[in-house]
Amino acid sequence: MDSQQKLSVVKGAKVLMVGAGGIGCELLKTLALSGFQDIHIIDMDTIEVSNLNRQFLFRQSHVGQSKAKVARDAVLKFRPHISITPYHANVKDPDFNVDFFKQFNVVLNGLDNLDARRHVNRLCLAADVPLVESGTTGFLGQVTVHVKGRTECYECQQKPAPKTYPVCTITSTPSKFVHCIVWAKDLLFTKLFGDKNQENDLNVRSTGAASSSEPVEDVFERRKDEDIEHYGRRIYDHVFGYNIELALSNEETWKKRNIPKPIYSRHVLTDEFTQQNGDVDKNLATDVGPSVSAMAFLGMNNPQDIWSLMENSRIFLEALKLFFTIRGKEIGNLSFDKDDQLAVEFVTAAANIRAVSFGIPLHSLFEAKGIAGNIVHAVATTNAIIAGLIVIEAIKVLQNDTNSYRMTYCLEHPSRKMLLMPVEPFEPIKSCYVCSETPLLLEINTQRSKLRDFVEKIVKAKIGMSFPLIMHGSALLYEVGDDLDEDMVANYAANLEKVLSELPSPVTGGTMLTVEDLQQEFSCNINIKHREEFDEEKEPEGMLLLGWTQPFSAAEKDNNRSIGNGASVSNASSSTTAEAATDDEIEIIHSGKKRKLSEDSKKTDSGISKVDDETKISKQLEILDDEDDLVMLNEGGTDKKKKRLL
Amino acid sequence: MDGEQLTAQETALYDRQIRVWGADAQRRLSKAHILVYGMKGTVAEFCKNIVLAGVGSLTLVDDRMVTEEVLSSNFLIPPDENLYSGMTLAELCCNSLKDFNPMVRVSVEKGDLSSFGVDFFDNFDVIVVSSCSLAAKKLINKKCRTASKRVAFYTVDCRDSCGEIFVDLQDYRYSKKKLEETINCHLQYPSFEEAISVPWKTLPRKVSKLYFATRVIEKFEEVEGRNPGEASTADLPGVLKLKKELCDAHSLNESHVPDNLLERLVTNTSEFPPVCAIIGGILGQEVIKAISGKGDPLKNFFFFDALDGKGIIEDISSDSNTGK
Ligand SMILES: [Zn+2]
Repeated sequence: MDSQQKLSVVKGAKVLMVGAGGIGCELLKTLALSGFQDIHIIDMDTIEVSNLNRQFLFRQSHVGQSKAKVARDAVLKFRPHISITPYHANVKDPDFNVDFFKQFNVVLNGLDNLDARRHVNRLCLAADVPLVESGTTGFLGQVTVHVKGRTECYECQQKPAPKTYPVCTITSTPSKFVHCIVWAKDLLFTKLFGDKNQENDLNVRSTGAASSSEPVEDVFERRKDEDIEHYGRRIYDHVFGYNIELALSNEETWKKRNIPKPIYSRHVLTDEFTQQNGDVDKNLATDVGPSVSAMAFLGMNNPQDIWSLMENSRIFLEALKLFFTIRGKEIGNLSFDKDDQLAVEFVTAAANIRAVSFGIPLHSLFEAKGIAGNIVHAVATTNAIIAGLIVIEAIKVLQNDTNSYRMTYCLEHPSRKMLLMPVEPFEPIKSCYVCSETPLLLEINTQRSKLRDFVEKIVKAKIGMSFPLIMHGSALLYEVGDDLDEDMVANYAANLEKVLSELPSPVTGGTMLTVEDLQQEFSCNINIKHREEFDEEKEPEGMLLLGWTQPFSAAEKDNNRSIGNGASVSNASSSTTAEAATDDEIEIIHSGKKRKLSEDSKKTDSGISKVDDETKISKQLEILDDEDDLVMLNEGGTDKKKKRLL
Repeated sequence: MDGEQLTAQETALYDRQIRVWGADAQRRLSKAHILVYGMKGTVAEFCKNIVLAGVGSLTLVDDRMVTEEVLSSNFLIPPDENLYSGMTLAELCCNSLKDFNPMVRVSVEKGDLSSFGVDFFDNFDVIVVSSCSLAAKKLINKKCRTASKRVAFYTVDCRDSCGEIFVDLQDYRYSKKKLEETINCHLQYPSFEEAISVPWKTLPRKVSKLYFATRVIEKFEEVEGRNPGEASTADLPGVLKLKKELCDAHSLNESHVPDNLLERLVTNTSEFPPVCAIIGGILGQEVIKAISGKGDPLKNFFFFDALDGKGIIEDISSDSNTGK
C-alpha cells in the first residue's frame, strides 16, 4: 500500500459508522487516528455503567447520555479538526433511507443485533455502498467485507436461527437452568407484574390436550385486601407446589424423566421468619425506583453467591412484596429488564426454586442475570483488534483494492499458528433471496393460517422487514405506513384476520406473493405451497420457510454455549423463541456457526491446535498451499462449489 | 485465591469481562502491577486496554517530549501545544489514562529504565518495553529474570503496517480445564537474548519473514548507533548489505528476508494506527492471560502484517526447534 495514496483516499472519504458501543468506540478512535475526516455515526443507545469497562470514550459522568454524541466529543479532544456527525437515533428510522446511505463511500457496522445488521445490509445493497461488518464475543471476533456483486452479502450465509424451546419444556419438563429462567422471566414475571391480558402458558395442564375450558378465578390476582405476605405465599405454593403436584398426576410424562418435587413455603420457611422482615412501607421511602433490592433488604450482597433454597425463597417473597408495596404503580406494565435489580432478583430466585424442584443445579444471581438478560461476554481487547481490522478493510474498499479484501477471524486459540486468520471472501450466493432475485418457498396450511400469522412469523420475524407491503400479483393484501387512508387501514386490518385462502385475492398452493419493505428498498418473492400438517414439536410455527435458513440440527439444541444463550417465550406462537441478544457486540462469527475449520492434513510446520471449539465452525477449511499460504473456507459437506473472489 | 471479594462497584463495572474470565481472574488483575516504557501509539493502546481491564497499578516511563510522530498515533495526548508543552510523554499519557478507570493507580517514574536496579523491578509483575535499543531490551529482560519473583517481560514495536510482540514468561505453569479434566501446563521461555541467538537455519522453513526483517533492522540500528526506529530510506543499501551478511552468517537463503519487506520497514517507520490497535489488543490480551492464569499464553513471538492480514505466533526457542 502506497502510504500517500492511502492517506488521500482516507482524507477524502465520507464514512458511516453504525453503532457507538464496544466496537464503535474503538473504531471511531482508530478512524480518527488513521486520518479519516468525515465520519457519521448512528447509535440509539445511552451509556450504562457496564459499558465503561470497554467503551473507553465514556466516563461515569456520561451515564445516561447519548453514546453517539459523547463518543464524538471524546474523539474531538484528540482530533479537534475533523468532522464527526452523531445521530442519537435508531438506524431503522425512516430518515436513514437509501438516499441517506448513498452519500457514503463505505458503511462500517459495529452493531449488536441481527435485526439491525440485516437492515443495514439491505440498505447498503440498495444504495450500492460497500459494507464492512463485524462482531465480537469474548475473545472471538470477525470482520467481513460485503460489496454488491463482488462478495457475498451479509445474508448470503445462514444466520444462527433464534433458539426455540418447545413450550412444554418450559412449562412442564425443564431439564436445564435456562428453561427455569425462561419460565421465571417470561411466564411467571409477566403473569405477576406484566400485561395481564397476554396469553400465558404458566399453568401446566393436567393433560396433554390444550385448553380445557375451566374459567376459574385467576389465582394470580391479588384478592381485595389480601395481606401481601399471604398473597406471596399463596403464589409460591401455587407455582412451586400445586402446579408441580398437578403435573405429577400426568404419569406418562415422568416415565423417562426425573420426577419433580413440589415445594411449599411452609416447608422451607418458618412463620416467624417472614414476620421478621418487617414493614417495608416504614423502612423505605416510597420512590426508590429501580434501585430497590430484596438482597440488600435481606443483607445479602454478593451476586456471585449461590443461594440455598431457603435464601431463594426469602428473596422470592421479599422481591414480590417490594414490587407490590413500593413499585405498585408499575404492576401491569412491567416487562423484564436485566438492569432492573429487583426483577433480576425475583427471576433468579424463582428460577432457582424451580430448579430445586426439578433437580437442576442452582445458579448465582450474576449467572442468572447473564442468562436472563442475554448478556454478551465482552472485553476491550477484542473490540480494539476488530476495530483495527475494520479500518484496514475499509481502506482497501476505498482504494478499490478488490483482490485484497479479506474476512478475518480473531480466534481465542491459534489455528495454524494464527490468532488472526484472514480468509478470502466468498462470492455472492446465487440463490440468496436478499442479493439475488431467487424466490423463497413457504410451506403453509393456506386454509388454516391467517395473513397475520404470515406477517408476524414470516415477513417480520424471519425475513426481517419492519414496514412490509404484501402483494399478490397487482392486488395489495397488506401494507403499513403513515399515509394510508382510513378505509385502507380498516381493509388491511380485516385482511390480517383472514385465512390465506379466503383473502380477497385468495392465496393458495402455487401462489407467488411479493413482499416488499419500502424503507429497505428490498423486495422478494415467496412461492406458496399448501401443506396440511405440521409437527408441533419440530415445526411449532405451523409453517416452514425454505431457501433462507435451515433450522438448526438437533445437536445444536443441546448446545448451551451458543451465542445469545437466553430465550424468551413468544406468546403468539406455541414455541419459545430466543431473541437475538440485545446488549453490545453480539452474534459471533456469522459464518462461524456452520463452517468448520478442520485441520490441515497437509504438511504444516508444527502441531497445530484445532480452531476454538467455541466458534463451532462446522464446515471444512481448505488450505491453499501457495506461496502466500492463504486460507480459504469451503462449504465442505455440501455440494456447493468453492467460492472465491476472483 | 484469598477470600477477598470484588466490591459491588467492581462487579458492576467489570460485569461483561467477569463473564469472560471469571471473578478470580478479575481479583488477580486488580493486584497486578505493570510498568511500560516507550509511550508511542501501540503502547498507548495497550495501556488503555489494561487500565480498562482493571489492573492494580500502571507505571509509565518515558521522559521524551512530544513529537509530531508521537502525536500522530497516540490518542492519549491532546494535540494542543499549550497543553503538552513542558510535560513528558509519560506525564501526558498518565493524565489521560487516570481518567479511563478511577480504580487503577496510574503513575509516572522518571529516568532510564535500563539503568534501574534489580530491586526496582521487584515492584512489578509485568514490564512492557517499546522503542528500545537491542542492548536495552537484553538488559531489561535480564533484570526481570534476576528479580526475586517472576517478572513477565514483553517487547512491542510497530513499523509501517507491521508489528512484533516478544514474550518472556520465564518458567510458567498454569492449568486449564478440558471438558471435566484439569490439565497442568508448563512452558519454558527463553530470554530475548537467547531467542534471537537461535541459529536461523534451525528455524522452521515457514517462519515469519517479519522475524528476520526485524532482526536485521534492529541490528542495523545497533551497529550504526541509531535510536530505535531511526533507520530511514537512505539507509536501505546499508540494511540490505547487513541482511546479506546475516543470512550468510546463518546460512539462510536470502529469499527468507525479502528486500521489499525491508524497504517497507525503513521507508515508513511511523506506526499505522489500525496496527497499533491490533498489536496493542493482542498484547493486552496476553498480559491479562499471564496475570490471570486463564488461557494459553503465546510463546514467544507474535507478528502481524496488514498486507497479508495474518496474525501469527512463532515459537523461537532452541528447544522447540530441535525436531520435537
Ligand atoms: Zn446475499
